[in-house]
Amino acid sequence: MDVQILTYLFVGASFALYIGIAIWARAGSTKEFYVAGGGVPASANGMATAADWMSAASFISMAGIIAYVGFDASVYLMGWTGGYVLLAMLLAPYLRKFGKFTVPDFVGDRYYSNVARTVAVICVIFVSFTYVAGQMRGVGIVFSRFLEVDINTGVVIGMAIVFVYSVLGGMKGITYTQVAQYCVLISAYLVPVFFLSFQMTGHVLPQTGFGATMLDAAGNDTGVYLLDRLDGLVQELGFSAYTEGQKSTIDMFFITAALMCGTAGLPHVIVRFFTVPRVRDARTSAGWALFFIALLYTTAPAIGAFVRVKLIDTVHETAYKDMPQWFYNWENSGLIGWVDKNGDGKVQFTAGAPFKGKPTFQGENDDESARGTHGERLLTNEATESTNEVYIDRDIIVLATPEIGQLPGWVVALVAAGGVAAALSTAAGLLLVISAAISHDLIKKTINPNITEKGELLAARMAAAVAIMIAGYFGINPPGFVAQVVAFAFGLAAASFFPVIIMGIFYKRMNKEGAIAGMLTGLIFTFAYIVYFKFVNPAANTADNWLLGISPEGIGTLGMILNFVVAYAVSTVTPEPPADVQEIVENIRIPRGAGAAVDH
Amino acid sequence: MSMSEGQAQAYWQENIRTILGYMAIWFVVSYGCGILLVDVLNNIQFFGFKLGFWFAQNGSIYCFLALILLYARSMNKLDEKYDVHEE
Repeated sequence: MDVQILTYLFVGASFALYIGIAIWARAGSTKEFYVAGGGVPASANGMATAADWMSAASFISMAGIIAYVGFDASVYLMGWTGGYVLLAMLLAPYLRKFGKFTVPDFVGDRYYSNVARTVAVICVIFVSFTYVAGQMRGVGIVFSRFLEVDINTGVVIGMAIVFVYSVLGGMKGITYTQVAQYCVLISAYLVPVFFLSFQMTGHVLPQTGFGATMLDAAGNDTGVYLLDRLDGLVQELGFSAYTEGQKSTIDMFFITAALMCGTAGLPHVIVRFFTVPRVRDARTSAGWALFFIALLYTTAPAIGAFVRVKLIDTVHETAYKDMPQWFYNWENSGLIGWVDKNGDGKVQFTAGAPFKGKPTFQGENDDESARGTHGERLLTNEATESTNEVYIDRDIIVLATPEIGQLPGWVVALVAAGGVAAALSTAAGLLLVISAAISHDLIKKTINPNITEKGELLAARMAAAVAIMIAGYFGINPPGFVAQVVAFAFGLAAASFFPVIIMGIFYKRMNKEGAIAGMLTGLIFTFAYIVYFKFVNPAANTADNWLLGISPEGIGTLGMILNFVVAYAVSTVTPEPPADVQEIVENIRIPRGAGAAVDH
Repeated sequence: MSMSEGQAQAYWQENIRTILGYMAIWFVVSYGCGILLVDVLNNIQFFGFKLGFWFAQNGSIYCFLALILLYARSMNKLDEKYDVHEE
């Protein structure tokens, strides 16, 4: 069967499965809508958390980034997993005992203040939308390459699917759909790597394979370690060694910390721990979540190393007309661009940018007059001095892995279904958080406390529907700044929520004045720093101009430290929190009685 | 809550000590081995990896997982010791 039909089959079957689950798990109450009734088993919740957490960025982009930058990409690997340790030990059990629905709920109640609640709501909405826009784009890329519909149609199909199961099912529908999505995405991620690892090193497990010796084409051991060969290859081509870092130590440190604390402070991750039955399940659930995440995250660096070797072997010094089919396919999708600078008809894949910016082409890909002497698509970009002639977008690395490794057609189809699953599961989780923030925190808790259960459920569904429309709009008309604002999501979560929640649990004396002052300090500082370097004065975005050598990606950590310091200082000179609030804190520290605390 | 004030205090203190112990290991395997000491550890060969590189890209993640599981086990024991566990 041809790859196209297989892809339709795989993606179609996975959609049917998601919709089926949504109908089976329809939510009847607000509690089911927001936190799935608080009755999801720890292992299933862990799997759903993993699917929720691993977005299009984890699935599609991360291995590609690792393949291109090597050691420096470790910040993402450590940062996006280490946060779960913080969650398990510092946040999840206590927030589960607290037993409300949302993060602003905790902030508002613990700090007995609607100002604090509203600041939290604004952060939740901002952080979540930033994220959702990226997911919808991911859905679009997968659709346009594999289903050969245009990106906009792809986004609309994706929106329709998410609409059905999140608006109908709420958290309950989403949780069980995410379990299915996890299974799809993890098999899609692992299967091609098993093949690739076995092909290149004779190890089935990529985790050991990328530390093993390479096999030659006939399958005999060459005795050369894969990473040593990779270091040699890239240095020959003018790159720095794959296993050595370029970033400064302080920047590595701050970025990792911002990603870790940001992860632990992300509302759509925290809310997952409200869905388990008991406090001890919240702890175990974090373990399960990290287990399922680690399957992908420990595999990603292996993909990075394998694909980098394969890419150089396949592409460098190969004549354009002898390229494998995937090279032409992705060129037609606009994600590969080649300019024959030295006129030898061969592709040189060396260090440096081949031309300025992302590739822009002279005509559509079916326009023969816009093609060069070798049949390549002609670019309008201005070429650089570098000997490098080819641009290969890092977002294609994972999606192209099966083709690069010459794997069977069904593997290609599976990867397409996996990419869609990763993007949809994260989008759904985020949309739910946005809808809960609006219907619960804003409408019920702030504007109209007398709203009925039914009215609130309706408001939640309407908010979800509106959020999906807005997300879809961003997917079709992506703001040019999606990549730039990702730093925002983590930096702001780290600088705002994380300290406030930690102090709310571990420092009984922390009062509303301290919390609000701290949150605002962290927010404004981080926001201003990122806006300055990313938007106001991007030209100055170099290590020499950074405060203490910290890049905008890592500045959230400093914002977080400021938040802690300011909050503590302000709290010591203002009155202590009322007795009933101090009692809440005593109460959330003790696991027993979590069941009762859930009732709202 | 059947628990006395003093007992609640003692439970909380022990909880904090447990957390601090695990957090120290968390810090060492990621920030320590993967970032601060990476150049030193990279002189050590670990199968086909440089050790620091391995910690940064794979090893620290295994440690995180082990830490959460051990922490959950310690806390379950602690909950029972102070009789605050759930039914």
